[in-house]
Amino acid sequence: MTNLVKVCPVAELPVNLGVGALVKGQQVAVFKLKTGDIYAVGNFDPFSEANVISRGLVGDLQGHKVVASPIYKHHYNLATGECLEDESVKIPAYSVVVQDEYVYIVA
Amino acid sequence: MRIVMIGHGMVGHRFLESLAKNAPEQHEVIVLAEEPRPAYDRVQLSAFFNGKTAEDLSVTPHDFFSNTGYGLQLNTRATGIDTVTKIVTTQNGDTFHYDKLILATGSYPFVPPVSGNNREGCLVYRTIEDLHAIRDTAAGSKVGVVVGGGLLGLEAAKALKDLGLETHVVEFAPRLMAVQVDEGGGRVLRKKIADLGVGIHTERNTVEITDGEKCRHVMKFSDGTSLETDMILFSAGIRPRDDIAKNNGIAIGPRGGIVVDNYCRTSAPDVYAIGECALWEGKIYGLVAPGYQMAEVACTHVVGGADKQFLGADMSTKLKLMGVDVASIGDAHGTTAGSLNYSYVDERTQTYKKIVVSADGKKLLGAVLIGDVEAYGDLLQLKLNDMNLPDKPEGLILPASDGSKPVGLGVDALPMTAQICSCNNVSKADLCAAIEGGVRELGELKSCTKAGTSCGGCAALVGQVLKCELGKLGVEVKKDICEHFAYSRQEMYHLAKIGNIRSFDDMIAKHGKGDGCDICKPTTASILSSLWNEHILKKPLAGLQDTNDYFLANMQKDGTYSIVPRIPGGEITPDGLIVIGEVAKKYKLYTKITGGQRIDLFGARVEQLPVIWKELVDAGFESGHAYGKSLRTVKSCVGSTWCRYGVQDSVGFAIDLENRYRGLRSPHKLKFGVSGCTRECAEAQSKDVGIIATERGWNLYVCGNGGMKPRHAELLASDLDSETLIKYVDRFLMFYVRTADRLQRTSVWRDNLEGGLDYLKAVVIDDSLGIAEEMEAQMKHVVDTFSCEWKDAINDPETLKRFRSFVNSDEVDNNVVFVEERGQIRPATVQEKAGRIAVAEV
Ligand code: SRM
Ligand SMILES: Cc1cc2nc3c(=O)[nH]c(=O)nc-3n(C[C@H](O)[C@H](O)[C@H](O)COP(=O)(O)OP(=O)(O)OC[C@H]3O[C@@H](n4cnc5c(N)ncnc54)[C@H](O)[C@@H]3O)c2cc1C
Ligand code: SF4
Ligand code: FES
Repeated sequence: MTNLVKVCPVAELPVNLGVGALVKGQQVAVFKLKTGDIYAVGNFDPFSEANVISRGLVGDLQGHKVVASPIYKHHYNLATGECLEDESVKIPAYSVVVQDEYVYIVA
Repeated sequence: MRIVMIGHGMVGHRFLESLAKNAPEQHEVIVLAEEPRPAYDRVQLSAFFNGKTAEDLSVTPHDFFSNTGYGLQLNTRATGIDTVTKIVTTQNGDTFHYDKLILATGSYPFVPPVSGNNREGCLVYRTIEDLHAIRDTAAGSKVGVVVGGGLLGLEAAKALKDLGLETHVVEFAPRLMAVQVDEGGGRVLRKKIADLGVGIHTERNTVEITDGEKCRHVMKFSDGTSLETDMILFSAGIRPRDDIAKNNGIAIGPRGGIVVDNYCRTSAPDVYAIGECALWEGKIYGLVAPGYQMAEVACTHVVGGADKQFLGADMSTKLKLMGVDVASIGDAHGTTAGSLNYSYVDERTQTYKKIVVSADGKKLLGAVLIGDVEAYGDLLQLKLNDMNLPDKPEGLILPASDGSKPVGLGVDALPMTAQICSCNNVSKADLCAAIEGGVRELGELKSCTKAGTSCGGCAALVGQVLKCELGKLGVEVKKDICEHFAYSRQEMYHLAKIGNIRSFDDMIAKHGKGDGCDICKPTTASILSSLWNEHILKKPLAGLQDTNDYFLANMQKDGTYSIVPRIPGGEITPDGLIVIGEVAKKYKLYTKITGGQRIDLFGARVEQLPVIWKELVDAGFESGHAYGKSLRTVKSCVGSTWCRYGVQDSVGFAIDLENRYRGLRSPHKLKFGVSGCTRECAEAQSKDVGIIATERGWNLYVCGNGGMKPRHAELLASDLDSETLIKYVDRFLMFYVRTADRLQRTSVWRDNLEGGLDYLKAVVIDDSLGIAEEMEAQMKHVVDTFSCEWKDAINDPETLKRFRSFVNSDEVDNNVVFVEERGQIRPATVQEKAGRIAVAEV
């Protein structure tokens, strides 16, 4: 567990919303769902070429937990980073670890 | 070959179209038409009173005759036919030789032979000239009577009502629409129409019309009663125009009508008759669909095409009479031997449904539906395709006990041969072929197959076929707003209202499934805001907002935001301008005057929004809601205060309106305009709500649109005082908020509103649904509970937390890079940024 980057207390993540985080210089979007599950994907949306994923709405589509990019509304699978509308596109997906009520991202 | 046609009505024109399509090699064609204009849409005649012009009603493309080379002689009545020498004579004495002659003379309204029936103000309802006469007479009348309570009579009554007359219907039979509707249905129909304020007098036989005391005429009935009226419209049935046949030795039926065979041939060689003048197997068809079929049959026979015969037609009808849905199918009266009835009456909602089934209970023979005609499509198809009924046929008309819609039989069950559009003879196979050929949208499907373009009765079914077939092709088309809710926005609105639902969690737990998505969450948020007007960033609502709503600003292409303070009516003080200028300068924002008479500041990063807004709020500005599906701007012209032509203070009124409706959440954005006089410098007629000053007050226009598909607004009411205008706007907006689909502007909503402008007027002005008070109260709640979202946000530390780029760092997004252009900033292009940023790699 050498690559754990401490992000913030779990309590600081709003439910069903995202926040941005800087992890080793990379922008990451972190989401906490209603179930308590936490996901982290890249914050950069390849379609709009802007760092906006953390400001997208989360939900589920076709059985996957997803986030919708706020600019052109592409959906990304929160677990894998795959784009639902275009399978050739994928954003990074990060593993998340919770320890002592803190969120860590494996990077 | 020389083809002569007498009469250029709807059916005649269909014949010409068919001829032009099937036999483009030139025939010489001459059309003799008595009316002063080419064929027009008689079926939609009443639309004339809703502002349609004679041109709008035309069914003849303006270049039809020049393209085809066919000849059309207007104002020309044919008077004689010599069937031996094959010559037609006109009233001017001109003669035309024919190889084939087509009689398409239609019919005329029957006027009962009552003394006084030709007095001034006694009119009929058939041609555009009749409509001119009706309008002119109505202008000097208070009371109007329609003689005849059939389909056309009720339509005529509606026209009189629309012209503002006290309206009565006098009917000889014991009920309205006696031909199509049975006794039970007649009762419900009568109640519904009486509720609209139309006097209904059944079992009245008019014996005399003479001078009245209070009105121009008095009608005396055989039972001794009488009725005073200023004008009378006779709509007591139609009679075929068969004189020209009768006088020239062509066979007609004992009670009129030119006798034709299955090929539409008359008794004379090479003479055909089609449409309402033709008598087939003792029957005259008073509807346009059978006429169109005859036109196709006759045309095929004339050009010697494949064997096509006319074998009778279905007379089922579905229509909206005075806002009341009425449908009748097949043997509506249950006259078939051994037939059995099922009926369902709901006196509270005034719904009546009946089906007539065969003795063995297997087949549908007929049906009557009043008030709720949803089942029409299914029932008609069951009948037309002779399909087997489900085990419990009553399920077809009974409301499901859990309140959900009854299960229909589904278009998928229909055979390919099923005729979907009877007006234009379009089968399911025709529709499917078009869909397979790439058609994806309803409008396109209609225009390329013609289905649904005449009476419109089949439109729902055409839509269902499209949906079903696209579904099979794997193309998704659902009215469901998304996979989580099997409801339209309108249905969700009602569920939320009735269930007093206040959170998305509650909504999805009760009515949806899954977690929700970026469609249903903002939709629910908008509905909850319209209903309860709680701050959109309050806990349970915040996570539902689209990013624009969530950050109370519009996201731009590079992830930065724009800032639009409200500038009501476009009026701003020099000090206000200076504040905006100073703020822009301080935070290095790009500034632009918008198309909505205010100023937009671009290029703010998320963490800058609260500080910038704090300065603006402190200087007295408030949120302009540029990010919300809500009121945008009320555009105004300078008005009577300065302008030499202005007749009212348009700026003052625009400001009042903007302040009243600011913050109202709606299915889509709302724009208003107020002009100080008829020169209309504020372009109010392109707005959702447009107001134009008059000498006496304000004219109120609604449902205009600029944007992708511009639409002129329509006049809802004239010369209103400010108070009444606001009352109407309250009602109008709330009605829209309640019933529109997600992201449906008022223009599109209006185009889809059954009953159109009249219906809207009835709801808004006459309160025909009895909900005006409730809607006004709801609007009052929204107005009273308004607070500026930005002011609230900057005062709430919890909310402010969210405006940061990173939860674990104070750095800013290094991908936001500006360059200078024309003295201001703009986002750098990718090339300009290259090398400066580290893009995450997978
Ligand atoms: C800023 C502005 C252009 C400008 O620089 O002048 C603008 C900018 C946008 N318009 Fe607009 N429209 C602006 C006036 C208009 C007008 C003119 C008017 O209001 O008189 C129209 C035509 C009138 C109308 O709406 O009927 C207009 C018709 C649209 C449409 C097409 C709507 C339609 O029904 O077809 C869209 C797209 C939509 O809403 O789906 C749109 C959407 C947008 C969006 C929201 C697109 C987007 O999602 O990014 C733009 C973002 C604005 C922002 O970030 O602040 N904008 N837009 C104008 C802001 C006015 C204001 O003060 O609020
Ligand atoms: C108000 C109204 C509402 C209606 N609503 C519906 C509806 O909802 N659904 C439906 O299916 N049907 C409806 N109809 C009936 C429909 O309009 C007719 O079935 C259709 O118009 C018949 O077409 P046609 O061409 O046979 O006759 P018409 O349209 O009457 O055309 C005949 C033409 O021939 C001309 N003509 C006659 N004699 C001569 C002559 N000797 N020389 C030259 N020209 C001549 C006439 O002037 C007329 O222009 C409605 C009718 C009216 C009046
Ligand atoms: S016209 Fe198009 S590009 Fe211009 S502001 Fe409106 S939406 Fe944006
Ligand atoms: S049935 Fe009349 S338009 Fe299709």
